[in-house]
Amino acid sequence: MTSIAYRRKATDRVMKALFFLSALLVILPLFLIFFDLLWKGGKELRWSLITDLPRPVGEPGGGIANGIVGTLTVAGLAMAGGIPLAVLSGIYLAEYGRGIFASVVRFAVDLLAGVPSIILGIFGYVLWVLPMKRFSAWAGASALAMIFIPIVVRTTEEMLKTVPVSVREAALALGIERWKTTLFITVRTASAGIITGILLAMARIVGETAPLLFTALGNQFWQTGLDQPIAAVPLQVFTYAISPYDDWHNKAWAGAVVLILMVLVLSIGARLLVRTRR
Amino acid sequence: MENAIVVKNLSAWFGDNQVLKDITMEIRRNSVTSVMGPSGCGKSTFIRCLNRMHDLTPGFRMTGEVIFDGRDVHSEKVDPVLLRRKVGMVFQQPNPFPRMSVYENVAVGLRFNGKKSRAEIAEVVEKSLRMAALWDELKDHLDRAGSSLSGGQQQRLCIARALAVEPEVLLMDEPCSALDPVSTAKIEELIEDLSDRYTIVVVTHNMQQAARISDSVAFFLLGALIEMDKSAKIFTNPSDKRTEEYITGRFG
Repeated sequence: MTSIAYRRKATDRVMKALFFLSALLVILPLFLIFFDLLWKGGKELRWSLITDLPRPVGEPGGGIANGIVGTLTVAGLAMAGGIPLAVLSGIYLAEYGRGIFASVVRFAVDLLAGVPSIILGIFGYVLWVLPMKRFSAWAGASALAMIFIPIVVRTTEEMLKTVPVSVREAALALGIERWKTTLFITVRTASAGIITGILLAMARIVGETAPLLFTALGNQFWQTGLDQPIAAVPLQVFTYAISPYDDWHNKAWAGAVVLILMVLVLSIGARLLVRTRR
Repeated sequence: MENAIVVKNLSAWFGDNQVLKDITMEIRRNSVTSVMGPSGCGKSTFIRCLNRMHDLTPGFRMTGEVIFDGRDVHSEKVDPVLLRRKVGMVFQQPNPFPRMSVYENVAVGLRFNGKKSRAEIAEVVEKSLRMAALWDELKDHLDRAGSSLSGGQQQRLCIARALAVEPEVLLMDEPCSALDPVSTAKIEELIEDLSDRYTIVVVTHNMQQAARISDSVAFFLLGALIEMDKSAKIFTNPSDKRTEEYITGRFG
């Protein structure tokens, strides 16, 4: 008896340690990346990095301010168009989506989510850049939206499906119309999950480089319009990183730190905003 | 107008499976009618026909009539949304809206349904919570999450929520089956109080409960209405042998 009890306890401990170690191993790369970036980009991390425009090689100082604004602009445009479209589609799939059409939509959305981002960049190039004959913020935003939308569609659908039928029934039984029930009761109940999905998708597009190469192109200056090429932090990091210059390499590291911090600040900020609004 | 609802030859199917068989009954106004029977006898299916909660169930089909306010509720002319504002419902599992406060839970029906002012809504919320015997417990905690209440309080909150839309009929689908005896007693007391002003139909598989709260009892078995009568008659001198077997505990 006691030996069995002892063995059971021991097994329990071993398994618990295994779970803990796995969790630790999962977050380890994140910390390694972050500290490595800080280590290598630290030299260039100064205030001017986020306030100044880029400067030519050899000139000390300069920043990526236009890239930060550009990233926020392009990602903001992608989200402004993407959120309503994606959330409404997710609602359709979860609440009304039976039959062949819904299956086709679901399959297509999954397929879109699996398309390599560079292909979406090329698609944006063909769709926008060729006919307009110039790279632009619009083109970049639409390429990013194609990454953003499928993620949000599917998380919205999944989150709505976790809302118990009893919640919908309670609303319907009060004589609340079905569309109001869906929009103001069911979606509200699932809002935390939907917002998390939006934040994850946002973090994803803020860091995307490949689709912007063919669409937004990048820019060394403040952009003058949404129909003009626009800078973005990942593009600048890319440009600096593949350059042969040491001080640009340092700037690439610093840019990467800025990128990670941007994602962090946006995520935390959005979460706080949502929490206080509740 | 002593009958609130008249059901004529109601049969219902889920797919090929017939769950209600030719049910005819009258539900008296401002009284408590219990629908009693073993699990799976179609009681819940039956009361959900009264406010058209099956509308969205795939494969559901029915024949017969449910007359309320002089019309068959399943006719094209009746808007299920308006019907459900007059025929409210309380469910088996307490289901307050998870991300809403106590106040919002009660106010939500009015907010979405009508053009009442803030003050009017506040008034109705208080009145409804009072009727559900929750006001004294919760008047200082109206901003608490509805889902943070105890099970019994949640169920009374659901009753308050249903009352706030000012229905004529209140359908209750085993409202106490998820609650402890103390909460059950409170809900039963509430049902008694409310029966002066509302027509109440309670589904229960608990015959003691049916005996305690109802004016009339309908006994269902395998989708059929076996017998319906005054509560006292059913429990002392049932006409049908199957009713007698059920209430004496020989099955079910």
